Formats: sequence, structure tokens, C-alpha cells
Amino acid sequence: MIEVRDLTKRYGRKLAVDGLSFSVRPGRITGFLGPNGAGKSATLRMLLGLDRPTAGRALIDGRPYRELPDPLRRVGALVEPGGVHRGRRARHHLLWLARSNRIPAARVREVIELTGLGPAAGRRAGGFSLGMAQRLGIAAALLGDPPVLLFDEPVNGLDPEGVVWIRTLMRGLAAEGRTVFVSSHLMSEMALTADHLIVIGRGRLLADTAMADFVERHCGSFVRVRTPEPERLLDVLAGAGVTARTGADGALEIAGGDPAAVGELAAAHGLAVHEIGLRAAGLEEAFMRLTASAVEYSSGEEGR
Amino acid sequence: MTALGPAFAAEWIKLRTLRSSHWALSSAFALSVGLGVLAGRSFSTRWESLPADQRSGFDPTAVGFYGVALGQLAVVVFGVLAVGTEYGGHGGGTIRASLAAVPRRGLFYGAKVLAVAAAALPVCLLTAFAAFFAAQAALGPHGTELGGEGALRATLGAAVYLTLMSLFAVGVTTLLRGSARAMAILLPLLFLGSQGLGNAPGLRAVSRYLPDQAGIAMLQTGGRGVLLRDPLGPAAGLAVLLCWTAAALVGGYLVLRRRDA
Repeated sequence: MIEVRDLTKRYGRKLAVDGLSFSVRPGRITGFLGPNGAGKSATLRMLLGLDRPTAGRALIDGRPYRELPDPLRRVGALVEPGGVHRGRRARHHLLWLARSNRIPAARVREVIELTGLGPAAGRRAGGFSLGMAQRLGIAAALLGDPPVLLFDEPVNGLDPEGVVWIRTLMRGLAAEGRTVFVSSHLMSEMALTADHLIVIGRGRLLADTAMADFVERHCGSFVRVRTPEPERLLDVLAGAGVTARTGADGALEIAGGDPAAVGELAAAHGLAVHEIGLRAAGLEEAFMRLTASAVEYSSGEEGR
Repeated sequence: MTALGPAFAAEWIKLRTLRSSHWALSSAFALSVGLGVLAGRSFSTRWESLPADQRSGFDPTAVGFYGVALGQLAVVVFGVLAVGTEYGGHGGGTIRASLAAVPRRGLFYGAKVLAVAAAALPVCLLTAFAAFFAAQAALGPHGTELGGEGALRATLGAAVYLTLMSLFAVGVTTLLRGSARAMAILLPLLFLGSQGLGNAPGLRAVSRYLPDQAGIAMLQTGGRGVLLRDPLGPAAGLAVLLCWTAAALVGGYLVLRRRDA
């Protein structure tokens, strides 16, 4: 559980975070969305006790990070790619982190396996590709088997394979009941990953909403499903009080629907489903509109 | 609260797993001992041609520590890199990872200082005694023994001097948050006394209070000025260097405690 209350951070004359309040609950992926420079990283750094808030509180399980005993066992964080000295071998980087928080050395081997670092574990981190460095950062975050995970722009610069890997990993962590808080400046990435969404712009809260609600409110999203028996699925959906229409290519489209509910409904009636997914046309545009208005509002206020 | 034991263990692994630590400490040993032997040989072979006043005021112990004045540079580099790698360029700085692991800054810093001291002291002791014995062997009949006047105290002084210089470097690097800035201050400072102000008449009264110039006074047996002109006494030298080291370490702590990482 993460709690941010009236959090404010000023770097010199620049107000990076401005009276921000939200909480992040366990068991789901919460996306932390905002354009570059919106204050996402500053908020994460304050949550980790790296930067001191100018005002307000950033709490994890009700306590400031600095008061957590063996914090790596409570919170795992990927704050910057690697954060590893170039001359140090990956295994040694994980080893000193483990020692600092009384984590058994055997756990180092476990996270090396878990993140697929295997053969690279004995190499110096300076020779790592961005993808390997990111895997090492994730291995470090998972080291203490923490119930709370913070990922700052985890898919930045990754190849498609790496993006899918991180997405799957985060889903797994949330499914285990952990709190997963992931920042991004890409709405499209969040739409595929997050269950809940916190949007900030210019250090201020713009939206704190379920992903599905956000999609529904800000653009016409729909569930698209393809099945060899569209007529039967239409009947099943109608029986559940859901209206669907047949798209141009024969797939069914359910406006504002939840793909999980539709999939489960189909499964309960023994229907084969060939394709199912949430289509969110214009999501990126909706996000841009939301943050752009915040930028105008803020700059207008400063101009006075 | 994270305890000192685990924090120290982590800092120890960090030092041990950096190639630069090994290079710096090895070269401190090699420079100190190697140059001590060269100095010993040179005095021993040219003994007959030395002026009489040099022969009468000869301090064989100090000759053994000629190399220490250069070896200290490597020890300083060791201290600088122990901290500087936390702030290192090319996205390789580990300070955020370090403070996320050990969020109490005083604890992190204390563990770092202890780890540097724990790594430097044994190496510096070994270096001082090896430099002493090797140089005395090279001096042959003109050498002295560890039982000679002030020899043991000077040898221990050399080890303490080198160790304190590494801690001084730790403090300065933490204060300045980076290796490059720290070296830009430390290198001129370390040559200031020996190459700069030390040779200017009248300024010696001031320059002998510089950290290295004060510290090297510990390496002399009788204050006859073989390594230094007009040095402080050994005890005063130790006290002055301790003050510099403490000031640098406290300054580093204040910056680390206050600044965002």
C-alpha cells in the first residue's frame, strides 16, 4: 500500500510536484502516467526516501521509506536503468544489495534465474545491452521478494520481446497480491498493462481512476471478440444483458465492455474464442487532451 | 532500522568487487616499497661522495619512506573511487541504489568510511613495514633496524598517515559528490606543499599545516628535516592531519545528509 498525501517538491525555483495526493492498492497494476517532466520520477524518488519532500508525506505501509527495517524486503524499485557500476559484475551487484538487507545469498541465484540473466551474471555490467541492464535492475527490485514494487519507465528502450516480458512479469506480480506501481509517459503502454490509472501533469493530479473507466469516459472503447459461433455468443451476451454488434469483418464488438467478463462468459458456455481484446481508439489523444489542458492551466496561472 | 553489520558487509563487497580498488592499493604498495628501495640504493652507492653534513644528519628511516610521498597518491585515489563510483558518470552511479538499500544516510556513510579504513589499514601497515625493511636492506651498512631511534614509531606513523589520507579523500569526495571534482582539488593540494608553497621562503610556516605536509611529519624519527624542511613534530603532525580528516568527513556527512540523491 502506497500513500501520497499533499506531496510537494520544489527543486530551486521549479515546482516539480504540487500538492499531490493518491494511494496505490495491492493486487493490481497501477499506472502512473504523465508527460515527461510531469513529476513522476520526483514522486517515486520521494517514495524511496531519495529526495526529501518540500511538504506533505510519501508513505509505504503507513511509514516513510527511511523508517522501514530492511527496506528492500518491503519495496523493490527500478528507478533508473541499472544503477550499476560499469566495472562490477552483475552477480556482485546483486550480492552487495542482498547483504545490505540481510537477504540470503541463495536469493541472488534465484533472481538471476527468474530474470533470465543466467549466463550474463558473471559479466561486468558496463558491457550490458539496455535490455540486459533492465533485467538486472528488475532482478535487484525482486531481490527482497517485496510486496510493493515501483517501476520507473520500465519499458523505455526495450525491444518488443523485452516489453512483453516486463508486462507479463508485472501482471504476475500483481496477481500474487503485490502492489505494482509503474510509471510511463506512454498511454498506449498503460492501456495494455495497467488496471488502475493515476494521471499527473505539472506535478498535479489529473485523474485517479480505473483503467476501464478512464477508457470509457475519454474515448469509445470496446471489447472486440472473434469466435467461430458468433450467433451463439450474441445470444449468450444478450442473456447476460450485454448488447453487442457485429463488426465489418464479422467480429463482435461490445462497447465499454470488460474483456475478462466477456471471455469468462464465453468460457462458461463452452464457446471457443479466437481473439479477444480491448480496443481503445483515440486513447493517446484523450491523454494528450487531458495533460495539455493542465499545462495551459498551470502556465496561465503562473503568468498572473 | 538497518544495522551497521549488514551495511558494512555491503560496502565491503562493493570495494572488493571493483578492479580500481585492487589497482590503487597494489600500486600504493609497489610505489612506496619500490621507490624506498631505489632511494636506499642510491644513498648506499653514493655514500662516499655525499657532503659531510648530509652524512652526519642522515636519517635512514626517512629514506625508507621516500616512496610513501608518491604511494599516498594511490591511496588517495582508492579513497576517491570508493565514493566516486557511487556518483560515477555514464549512468553508472550507484548512489540511488545504495540509499534505497540503506536509507539512513549516516549509517550508509559510516559503513562506507569503516569499510575504506578496514581495507586501507592492513595494506598500509604492510606497505609501511615492507618499505622500511626493503629500504634498510638496500642501504646496507648505512641502514638502521626497527629497534633504532624512532624507527618503529615512524613506520607505524607511515601506515597511519596513508590510512588517514584515504579517509580524507573519502570525505572530500563525498563533500564534492564526484571523483573528477575531488581529484581536481586533491591533486593540487597534495603537490602544493611539496612542489609549491613549500619552497617559497616564509610560506613554510603555513604550508606545513597542509594535510600531507603535517602527516608526513609522523614519518620522521627526529625532526631533522630529511623528508620535509621545518616540519611539525610527529604528534603535532598527527593531530593536524586528524583534524583535516575529521573536517572532511564531517563536511561530507553534512552534504550527504542534506542533499537529494
